[in-house]
Amino acid sequence: MINQETVKNIADLARLHLETAELQRLTKELENILDYVKKLEKLDVSQTQPTTHVLSLKNVFREDRVQPSLGRDLALKTAVAKHDSSFKVPQVIE
Amino acid sequence: MEPLNSLTAHELLALLKAKKIQPSDIQQSIISQIKDCDQHIKAYVHFHEPVKAAFNLEEGTCPLPIAVKDNMCVNGEETTCCSKILKGFHPPYDATVIARLKKAGSVMSGHTNMDEFAFGSSTENSCYGPTRNPWNLDYVVGGSSGGSAAAVAADEAVWALGSDTGGSIRQPASFCGVVGVKPTYGRVSRYGLIAFASSLDQIGPITKDVTDAALLLKIIAGHDERDSTSADVPVPDYQQSLINDVKNLRLGIPKEYFIDGLDPEVKIAMEEAINLLRSKGAMIQEVSLPHTEYCVVTYYIVATAEASSNLARYDGVRYGLRQRPEKTRKSNIIDMFEETRAHGFGPEVKRRIMLGTYSLSSGYYDAYYLRGQKVRTLIKNDFDKVFTECDAVLTPTSPTAAFKIGERTHDPLSMYLSDICTISANLAGIPAISIPCGFSKKGLPLGLQIMTKPYAEEMMFRVAYTYEQNTPWHKEKPKISFGKNNHG
Repeated sequence: MINQETVKNIADLARLHLETAELQRLTKELENILDYVKKLEKLDVSQTQPTTHVLSLKNVFREDRVQPSLGRDLALKTAVAKHDSSFKVPQVIE
Repeated sequence: MEPLNSLTAHELLALLKAKKIQPSDIQQSIISQIKDCDQHIKAYVHFHEPVKAAFNLEEGTCPLPIAVKDNMCVNGEETTCCSKILKGFHPPYDATVIARLKKAGSVMSGHTNMDEFAFGSSTENSCYGPTRNPWNLDYVVGGSSGGSAAAVAADEAVWALGSDTGGSIRQPASFCGVVGVKPTYGRVSRYGLIAFASSLDQIGPITKDVTDAALLLKIIAGHDERDSTSADVPVPDYQQSLINDVKNLRLGIPKEYFIDGLDPEVKIAMEEAINLLRSKGAMIQEVSLPHTEYCVVTYYIVATAEASSNLARYDGVRYGLRQRPEKTRKSNIIDMFEETRAHGFGPEVKRRIMLGTYSLSSGYYDAYYLRGQKVRTLIKNDFDKVFTECDAVLTPTSPTAAFKIGERTHDPLSMYLSDICTISANLAGIPAISIPCGFSKKGLPLGLQIMTKPYAEEMMFRVAYTYEQNTPWHKEKPKISFGKNNHG
């Protein structure tokens, strides 16, 4: 029900580079897990609403006012690479 | 007097109040035990600088050290979720629970071991290696908050914080013979908790007894505008709910939890627990949670989907690891993302990201994620109905005692099934506690789980306290034979 090509596609969507051996192993493992997941098909849920919030939460609003937040220097402190006041990344547009 | 590190938080607070000890005495005792034991147990992954200034005992404050799971941000202290992808990450802020503890005068003794990103039930998926069970070093501590549970069990911590997405506080508490609480969804702010599955995650206490759990929950619970899912519901004084009386309380025993795969020793311990509570005047009744068999599968669809989305942020840009492809391969920003994630995540994390991405992807969404969320509604409806019939529900915390290290690592499904009794509380958003209820023949602890309706932690504590006060289990300590105990 799930083949290596599908798994490769999913890995691309998830931005995961997988080696061939890993791809093969994951295909087999996902096949087993999805086989188990089939269990869900036994239930009739045609009349059931999906759970969005498990407890009745109302929309949470607050006033839109400026408040102190993490300063730029502090936010950049954890950066792998930075340039002036920005995060630095490899080339985006070829 | 017994060594300070072996006392409960409420016993220590009483000694502090009577001015018989200083906060620094407690810190010394904990540090000494860590030095003796942690090389064998490996409960901690990073130790923190004791914040001496915080050791001022004032009325109503709580100047005790606490161990914190490695997925809660502590300002300036390395916080990694036990993942290579976050090594070296020093958060520039405190999680709300940490800020509240600091305000009460607490210091953090350190960050504790866990399954990478809390994905696991044994703490074997940590990039630092497994924690060992203080009751028998060949056995797992459970997970994912295994380091926190082991630190408390081995008296390497006064108490600890864990997080629970499908049983990650309660199952390790059960395996290590300590108390673990998963509060109602929204009871405790998750601001600064590194997210796994946002509709399920809750932070909660891991402690030596029920009184301490009530005390710690009071400190960390309450509304926080930084977590829009935190409930704006007043926090009661949980000490008031520590009543040694269950007379006329209706306790439900769900028949679906007492079938296949339940270890006979666990079954016997449960029957004894039920008999004890009956002898104290509780009205025991069989109840039914008919969708129980769908809990594990629903959980693995909902939790992995949310995890795959939450873990999208680890891309090598703002923090943590950045890995570039080898020079021979082309290299743009996408390659950097893919390589960083390939190197930074362990096998179980990749497996869950893959399953979650699959069930959210176009063409599969309706059959998996949406269907999972619908079945979740059925599971929640089961509990709504049961709590019109009874005040609390009792089950084992786990179908077995702790298993051996390495025994289940090659079979993801068998590992997932060790959470079969705890997952339902997360899916339904309800509070649940695990308390010690005996030992297996091999001398490994067993746990009793008590679940109540949303925000009914007081009822949960009352039943747990009554059981605890009438049994000896919470006073048992593992016989830790290595090292010299030269304190106390």
